[in-house]
Amino acid sequence: MTPTLTLESVLPALPEIYLAIAVCVVLLVDVFAGRAAPRVTPTLTLLVLAAGAALLLAFAQVPSTVELFSGMYVTDPLANLLKLFAMLFVAVALLYSRHYLEARGLLKGEYYVLVLTALLGIFVMISAGSLLTLYIGVELLALSLYALVAFDRDNGVAAESAMKYFVLGAIASGCLLYGMSLVYGLGGSLLFSELAVALQGPASLGLIMGVVFLVVGVAFKFGAVPFHMWVPDVYHGAPSSVTLFVATAPKIASFALAFRLLAGGLEGISESWTQMLAIVAVLSTLVGNVVAIAQTNLKRMLAYSAIGNVGFILLGFVAGTEQGYEAALYYTIAYVIMTLGSFGVILLASRAGFEADELDHFKGLHARDPLLALMMMCLMFSTAGIPPFVGFWAKLQIFEALWTSDHLALVVFAAAVSVIGVFYYLRVVKIMYFDAPGDLPTAERHTGVRLALGLNALAVLVLGLFPQSLLSLCEQVLS
Amino acid sequence: MITLQHMLTLSAILFSLSIAGIFLNRKNVILLLMCIELMLLAVNFSFVSFSRYLGDLDGQVFVFFVLTVAAAESAIGLAILVVLFRERRSINVEDLDTLKG
Repeated sequence: MTPTLTLESVLPALPEIYLAIAVCVVLLVDVFAGRAAPRVTPTLTLLVLAAGAALLLAFAQVPSTVELFSGMYVTDPLANLLKLFAMLFVAVALLYSRHYLEARGLLKGEYYVLVLTALLGIFVMISAGSLLTLYIGVELLALSLYALVAFDRDNGVAAESAMKYFVLGAIASGCLLYGMSLVYGLGGSLLFSELAVALQGPASLGLIMGVVFLVVGVAFKFGAVPFHMWVPDVYHGAPSSVTLFVATAPKIASFALAFRLLAGGLEGISESWTQMLAIVAVLSTLVGNVVAIAQTNLKRMLAYSAIGNVGFILLGFVAGTEQGYEAALYYTIAYVIMTLGSFGVILLASRAGFEADELDHFKGLHARDPLLALMMMCLMFSTAGIPPFVGFWAKLQIFEALWTSDHLALVVFAAAVSVIGVFYYLRVVKIMYFDAPGDLPTAERHTGVRLALGLNALAVLVLGLFPQSLLSLCEQVLS
Repeated sequence: MITLQHMLTLSAILFSLSIAGIFLNRKNVILLLMCIELMLLAVNFSFVSFSRYLGDLDGQVFVFFVLTVAAAESAIGLAILVVLFRERRSINVEDLDTLKG
């Protein structure tokens, strides 16, 4: 019955195996490089990611769903796409962070190792085939992130936000786990494929309780209202480079979590969780977009913007159709690209001893640094959902999916809320272009980072002008 | 006769106690860590009961993983606590109030 384990049969799991080895290699090289470590480790990490992407494309491609290790591990075209994007996003995030870390004496090997272990956690979540694998992935990601947030050991605010993140994250994991235990007990299996068959039709009371706990856990990891308390504090308190990381790649993982767990394992009882998600999504879009208006700190404002955007991703799941999942996937990828850019601008505008994280720090940015202001404008327009940028198409996809699945009220509501959201994104543009530049330090050159940021902003525009490219990719991997 | 129902009730009580402990506790962070530990143990209890009831070993294997992760989680939690104490000279939950808004 049990198939023999050969090298060929584990090949689809190559990305995880490779990354686990690579983490150890990076750690060792960092230790043995001694004085040269600050120069070697960042470059090595980027090379590791590039090699990982190449290996994945060369050896781990699968035409359809493949199950490994008795079904505990699943890989499919969607998993490969998500892993490729996760590697790309992590590489870009590290590229943006390097000079920031250097200026603050945080450029240490541990930072890169922790980022890679977090990425490994994301990979495991993407390819989870059972509750156990999913839980291990969630924890690997979360534990790495807690440590990253507290990475600046001389910063009391960062330590406080790490503590809050840790406690709330642990509660979320606990809830997720309790939900898993109930679903396991009532479904009789840990495997999503078996749960999807076992759990059908109207859910019993016990099962609904389990699903409630699972949805709480998922909402916590996404940072959706009413489980969003950690998001602003972590975004604000953590070093900006860590915020950049927390705000981007883990969103891919959250998508995978919701997709594998809710859309996969609990497919048969989707009415019960779509209703719960609808409440969470509606509250998120509303609270995120309204409270963001009151913020004076840009990182905090982007945190509430994240809460609002996460609401949109969840709305895609609420639709509960293939089109809905496609829209959610498209939205997640587009949102992460935009967020990478906006935090990249914050990092580039900061320098040793100066954090460009207040809105006032961007006053008259156009006069001081027209190129940086132009990039930020593109990114803000896109996040606000103004055509022709990619953010517009992402929102449109969600609306379409909700429309075709007969959630008209949600479409109207989401459209109204995103109009409110436009206000605070445009305020950033107004501050940059029309306010008088104060006595603020100019951003440093960092030609390489500037080039990457420019490409990032350009990607937002190009993906908006040719939306079909990314969209057909999303359709392809989900069908 | 102790049935599945009894065991699940105990697990639910332990879980609720831990949640209540986290939200009612205003004293210190160590207590929070203890509550988190209790929460994971409550879940373990539920897993073991289901595993026994279903005659399926998977649930008990899950418990091993949860125990390991719980140890790692405490390690990270205590590490953050040490950093926090060095900066603030306090582990009082009420002192964690610089970030607001």
